[in-house]
Amino acid sequence: MTPNRLGLVAAVVVAALLAGWGLFTALPRWFGTRQQAAAAAEAAAPGDRAERKIKARLFYVSDDGRSLVPVERDVTYAEDTARQARAIVEAQLVPADPPLVSAIPPGTILRAVFVAGTDAYVDLSGELVTGHPGGSMHEQLTVDTIVSALTANLPKIASVQLLVDGKELDTLAGHVSLSRPLVPNDAIRQPSAESTP
Amino acid sequence: LTRLRQSLCALALSTLAAAGLARVVPLAGQTPAPQLVLLTADGRRPIPAFAIDGQDRVALDELATVFQLAVRDEAGAITVSSAGRTAVLTPNQALASVSGRLISLPAPPVRVGTRWFVPLDFIGRVLPLLTNSPIELRRPSRLVIAGNLRVPRVTIRPEPSAASLRITIDATPQAASTITQETGRLTVRFEADALDVTIPGVQPGPFLQALRQLDQTALALDLGPRFATYRAATLPAGSTTRLVLDLLPGQIETSAAPPGTPAGTPVPPGATPTTDPSAAPSDPPRISEELPVFGQPLSPIRTVVIDPGHGGDDAGVRASNGTLEKDLTLAVAQRLKGMLESRLGIRVLLTREEDRTMPVEQRTALANNNKANLFISLHANGSPRTVARGASIYVAAFNPADEPRQRSGERVPVFGGGARDIELVLWDLAQTRYLSDSTDFAAMLEQELRVRIPLDVRPVAPARFRVLASANMPAVLIEMGYLTNADDQNLLAGAGFQNDFVQAVFTGVVRFRDHLTATAGDR
Repeated sequence: MTPNRLGLVAAVVVAALLAGWGLFTALPRWFGTRQQAAAAAEAAAPGDRAERKIKARLFYVSDDGRSLVPVERDVTYAEDTARQARAIVEAQLVPADPPLVSAIPPGTILRAVFVAGTDAYVDLSGELVTGHPGGSMHEQLTVDTIVSALTANLPKIASVQLLVDGKELDTLAGHVSLSRPLVPNDAIRQPSAESTP
Repeated sequence: LTRLRQSLCALALSTLAAAGLARVVPLAGQTPAPQLVLLTADGRRPIPAFAIDGQDRVALDELATVFQLAVRDEAGAITVSSAGRTAVLTPNQALASVSGRLISLPAPPVRVGTRWFVPLDFIGRVLPLLTNSPIELRRPSRLVIAGNLRVPRVTIRPEPSAASLRITIDATPQAASTITQETGRLTVRFEADALDVTIPGVQPGPFLQALRQLDQTALALDLGPRFATYRAATLPAGSTTRLVLDLLPGQIETSAAPPGTPAGTPVPPGATPTTDPSAAPSDPPRISEELPVFGQPLSPIRTVVIDPGHGGDDAGVRASNGTLEKDLTLAVAQRLKGMLESRLGIRVLLTREEDRTMPVEQRTALANNNKANLFISLHANGSPRTVARGASIYVAAFNPADEPRQRSGERVPVFGGGARDIELVLWDLAQTRYLSDSTDFAAMLEQELRVRIPLDVRPVAPARFRVLASANMPAVLIEMGYLTNADDQNLLAGAGFQNDFVQAVFTGVVRFRDHLTATAGDR
């Protein structure tokens, strides 16, 4: 083997080693760093959004027990309507501090919210029925608390249908028809907004 | 024969004229008698009467004024003319000749001063022939009825017993009547132009203080301290309508209350009395089983369905004093059923007769399947705030989005070819075509309830209630009060409230029936 040929073979071997290092070591390291940075950025973003709030009107029973009055509260911001609807309903289900009185039976939890067009479907737990004390006025207030909370805060939502444990119900307590999405009941909603800090 | 009569009459007249025997009674012989009352389509007016020569009489000139008669006193004979007909009266003769026909009278005409007086029977026997129009004299009641007026004779017979007072009221010819209860009084109003009534003497008693004629077509029964409720039944008996009215005592609260209930406290619905079954809130009057009841065949309300809300596993609202909505609604529904059946003679169905679970849609279906003319759902309310109280009436409401689907059409083939359009009414929107009637009924109920029981601040309201939406007839849901309110829960359980409530709804149904009848032509 001539010295020239020996030098050529050595150069090829070195080039092959460099290519292998680059392919199997340098490139994955470089790409992994990018992925980690992106993942970190992704991880940081929800934390930023969790801090963002909107002012939403939640609904509680009036002093005379015959209507609902709006009360302004901070509610977690969400980018899409379904997530925002979920945040509002969850805020509405939080037990009310006196002197506010909620028409929602205690213990009721939100199972799911989904939106189809201008209709929102709110799936609540069975406590909504089993814990309801009855009476058509109380029942109207209960239903309209959820309906009003969504339609008053989300312009894209025009009507709301309540589901319980994933199923459609005739009524909650024997009166209000739940077989179709409902629009707000003006008869039991007081127009004047009461704002609390 | 006619010629013979005319000859006899002429002979008599000529004889009297010749003899100049026209009788003149001194003024001192004229004494006032109970006056007559003339009833016409225009109203009533008195006609003075006098007792002369042992006979009740009326002045001929007075009758001439009232009935537009022409009276002439000629040659000892008196001629009375009207519309081309003439009656001739002969002094000293108890006769009158009308167009050649001789009519006997109980006494001859007499003259007092310048006036002629004829016996009262002249009115009933001579005037109808003379004027060729119906004129009736009812001597016992001293009524003179001119024209085709409905003036039934009404007789009243009280039959006291130890536990109640039965009053039998006969109206002849047949006349329907309605009964309304006001504070301390029952009013029986007849479908008539006037009443020919004889009021019997009634000693003030524990159930009835007095019996009197309230106005031209109504009787008033002033109630005594033991009266609490009543039941009534009507039945035709030949040409007579007989109304049997039982005035009943209130329940004996200490005995009707369950053990441990303090005396004088309201009795919870469902309590079984031990001494007086007729007064128990859970045992409504069942007069329909005792007496046959006949309704008005043309009534627009022939079947009413009453829906006692909740039942069985579904207790509805539970009051803090133990009253359950399901028991209260059933007790009141049974009372209302008894009253509607006994007083109106109509068919009344309850969606449940006992404490059992019944789905909402089956309640409305029962009304639809029985072709009810009216649907009344009874409930008691509840609110998260205990301050809310009072009764309210709901009519159906629908989502605006439902309006386009309220009615739809479909083309169906017909025999012989072609097709026709039929209107389909969706089951869950059947009430939409009756909303106007339902609202009218609710307004009448509000007026009747307002004067008897506390009302909610918004007594009539629309609501998206399942039980109303599918009703294929006028329908309302009544919340009797709030069981979450301390005052209301005590009130609703009491017999007094339930009586007042049922009376108000009954009167509302009667008013609505009359409203439907009056507007039937506009539909």
